[in-house]
Amino acid sequence: MSAHASDTHLEDHAHDHGHHHKETFITKYIFSQDHKMISKQYLITGLIMGVIGIAMSLLFRMQIAWPGESFKTFEVLLGKWAPDGVMDPNIYLALVTIHGTIMVFFVLTQGLSGTFSNLLIPLQIGARDMASGFMNMVSYWLFFVSSIIMVISLFVEAGPAAAGWTIYPPLSALPQAQGGSGLGMTLWLVSMAIFIASSLLGSLNYVVTVINLRTKGMSMTRLPLTIWAFFVTAIIGIVSFPVLLSAALLLIMDRSFGTSFFLSDIFIQGEVLHYQGGSPVLFEHLFWFLGHPEVYIVLLPALGITSEIIATNSRKPIFGYRAMVASILAIAFLSTIVWGHHMFVSGMNPFLGSVFTFTTLLIAIPSAVKAFNYITTLWKGNLQLNPAMLFSIGLVSTFITGGLTGIILGDSALDINVHDTYFVVAHFHLVMGISALYGMFAGIYHWYPKMFGTMMNKNLGYIHFWITAICAYGVFFPMHFVGMAGVPRRYYTNTNFPMFDDLTNVQVVMTVFALIAGAAQLIFAWNFVHSIFYGKKAPQNPWNSNTIEWTTPVEHIHGNWPGAIPEVHRWAYDYSKTNEDGEYVIPGQDFVPQTVPLQENEEELNH
Amino acid sequence: MTALLTIIVLLLVAIAIWQMTKIFELSQSGSDDSQIANDKDNKINGYLMFGFLIFIYLLTIYSFYAWGDVILGTPASEHGPQYDNLMGISMALIFFVQIVTQALLYFFAYKYRGQVGKKALFYADNDKLEFIWTIIPVVVLAGLILYGLFTWTTLMDIDEEEGDPIIIELYAQQFNWKARYAGDDNVLGQANVRLIDINKNNVIGIDEADSYGEDDIVSQTELHLPVGRKVIFKMRSQDVLHSAYMPHFRAQMNCVPGMITQFSFTPTITTEEMRLDPDISEKVQKINKIRAERRANGDDNADAWEFDYVLLCNKICGSSHYNMQMKIVVESQEEFDAWLDGQQTFKETIASAE
Ligand code: HEM
Ligand SMILES: [Cu+2]
Ligand SMILES: [Cu+2]
Repeated sequence: MSAHASDTHLEDHAHDHGHHHKETFITKYIFSQDHKMISKQYLITGLIMGVIGIAMSLLFRMQIAWPGESFKTFEVLLGKWAPDGVMDPNIYLALVTIHGTIMVFFVLTQGLSGTFSNLLIPLQIGARDMASGFMNMVSYWLFFVSSIIMVISLFVEAGPAAAGWTIYPPLSALPQAQGGSGLGMTLWLVSMAIFIASSLLGSLNYVVTVINLRTKGMSMTRLPLTIWAFFVTAIIGIVSFPVLLSAALLLIMDRSFGTSFFLSDIFIQGEVLHYQGGSPVLFEHLFWFLGHPEVYIVLLPALGITSEIIATNSRKPIFGYRAMVASILAIAFLSTIVWGHHMFVSGMNPFLGSVFTFTTLLIAIPSAVKAFNYITTLWKGNLQLNPAMLFSIGLVSTFITGGLTGIILGDSALDINVHDTYFVVAHFHLVMGISALYGMFAGIYHWYPKMFGTMMNKNLGYIHFWITAICAYGVFFPMHFVGMAGVPRRYYTNTNFPMFDDLTNVQVVMTVFALIAGAAQLIFAWNFVHSIFYGKKAPQNPWNSNTIEWTTPVEHIHGNWPGAIPEVHRWAYDYSKTNEDGEYVIPGQDFVPQTVPLQENEEELNH
Repeated sequence: MTALLTIIVLLLVAIAIWQMTKIFELSQSGSDDSQIANDKDNKINGYLMFGFLIFIYLLTIYSFYAWGDVILGTPASEHGPQYDNLMGISMALIFFVQIVTQALLYFFAYKYRGQVGKKALFYADNDKLEFIWTIIPVVVLAGLILYGLFTWTTLMDIDEEEGDPIIIELYAQQFNWKARYAGDDNVLGQANVRLIDINKNNVIGIDEADSYGEDDIVSQTELHLPVGRKVIFKMRSQDVLHSAYMPHFRAQMNCVPGMITQFSFTPTITTEEMRLDPDISEKVQKINKIRAERRANGDDNADAWEFDYVLLCNKICGSSHYNMQMKIVVESQEEFDAWLDGQQTFKETIASAE
């Protein structure tokens, strides 16, 4: 099973790593250029941002369920924004805005992609590190700085950005229109600009690494689906993030230098502003040109992670490897031409609406293929229900539930009456938020042994999963009904006029589920931290997996493999493969690692 | 009170979690602390998977039973039934797919839970199967797209020449709505926010030099619509984005500063008639019961409610976004004419301001 020494260059490299350059605390833990350490840095930063983001959602959910009620918690956490413990409408909007921003960008883009692309790309393709360790380090530190700026913006005198995570101008451009559009929005924009730089550096690195640094035998068609997903995600990021950057820059110009890209004919607080000729709809186009691919940037890595985990734990090959790759590519391509479905009633030409309906419903097809392939992979498997596997199955479930309502929202005619209502909030939380979060949890449970060299406690993992699974549906399933009742999103209270009074009890049910879900994450937090120090020491290949990251030693070393990099002889999914006689290819073992050469009388699959 | 309740609930949950760890731990056979799922874990979680499937079904059924009646009910516009029909078909379809796929997913998770010594089936590909489940969504979605696009294009094809429409401007600002009627000539006078003159009570910037504007009528309180007559709304905003959302009419369009957007529908049910609609009157009764309870508790926002159509703002627009609304009254042509006659024209407004 051991690697073949094949490539003299690689040998040399390994030799290099023999006499180690001295590492100080700073170069090892802080300004590290090692992808494994950087991955941990991403994860921990992402999780901390996640705590902030989720805590915010609990606060505003309490306000929706018990509008105008006084809570000690509000008074303590929100200070002057909750006089006598009653939440102020402005801070409600700010909480919603920052919650959305943090969850989408900080947790599920860099927290998820940054962690697992960094950890797995070199380890699964057989590389000593990323193409550029230095760029990788810079990318993380930019992410860190942008996180800090985003958090600082919460403490601004006039309030943090509060125009929704989509920051549509003119609301986001005019401090006269909203307190949060002053310094708060400036910091938001600066933070996001730095974030985009971080994301671009990271993505370029991932793409180059996957293209150039694959070990001998690791052809593109032998790549694990995780790598395919990270690779394509990085490409979408490179294509679409610059557009958001340009939108942000133009918005900064409108705000600070008096240009009129997005503003025109405005009369506010008794005076006419000078802006003339710009269009807010232009901003919407630019924003969603990133914004829609962004949801796939969030989702594809999660799907890649679960593909790997479902195959491993089903002890079966992933069903339809080629179809899975093709659907990733199709989704990536289509995701760049569907942005207009967020703008059916924005005032853009209705003919465009028809085009976007068409492309949007097209994207349902590769998504459906993925769901079917996951289900077929489970069929006749020998399912090892580890916590990572449970979260992966949970992902398939929420991905289907949330994806199906996309058929309604993507239909321009139907979108008219549910656009911007809670129906949308329910839809995107299930399909993107919860699904990607499950993917992230699955990845953490699965690769924790690789990251920290210890095992997480499985029982706490099970409890974490089951409570989270029940509560996620408990929060977001009833929310569809609220949307169908016509309740607009981003409303500070729904009881200011009588029309929605009959919804108060649904709102309370959802909030109670949300609070329980939030509490359940504490179990995870404890398990995560405790296992780093006191977890059982991990075996080298705990899940009996085929991919080559499990051939590296449990203790992290610089350069990943102590000797030569192993050569790869097969794809990653030879689980339970048998010979003609019905015996496993390697007798007594239901998996064949990628490093094992083709055996005698073994048939190679043509994939 | 509720705070106390939440604390109790959270406490109970914490205890439940603690108990559950105990159960899971006790169920583990002896000394296996590998933290990797063993047969027992597979069995317990396999059964839980099946239980979860039942949970999803029950949640769905319960949601329909408990909250099925909160949805909007009878549509009040001509295209409304068509909209609801398309919604009904799409919903039926996605519920069918949801029920089947979730069943397969969780049933497989239960049925094929792992056991030591069991052999999984090496099954990597089946082109025929994949072809089938690619082509089925293609066909079904093609049908939905065609129906949807047909509805959409008829709705968005706004023709001012056809069917004697009445032209009304909806004017949005932080945080209220105004409606401008075109008057006898049914042509709106030119307007721009630069022409706003508060001293002259020209609050929405109608051009005084444009004679079409003289007979325009601005309503700041209510939006009246004649039943059975096509309305073309022209939307404007003076400050930030807003969205004119009239849920009972299945109508929505954003209001964009610097640009005029439009939407059109024909109201078919007067406010009076709608109050008698079984769905609506049941909803009103339910709400009034809730409000009566609140009144009994000394809450001030608790007067009995009488149904009215509303125009809501549905695009985040600032601190009072949640309260940016206007009452819509749908009435007979005669009532409408009488109401309109009682309003001041723009010319009169300006004259009285001077
Ligand atoms: C405990 C879990 C969560 C709860 C209870 C929750 C709840 C909510 C609610 C009720 C809203 C809508 C507020 C409104 O429109 O008035 C919202 C907005 C949002 N949430 Fe979550 N959420 C949770 C987790 C997540 C996750 C995991 C994501 C990741 C994608 C996410 C992303 C967003 C986004 C993008 C918005 C829109 C923000 C905006 O309107 O500007 N949320 N959340
Ligand atoms: Cu989209
Ligand atoms: Cu508004």
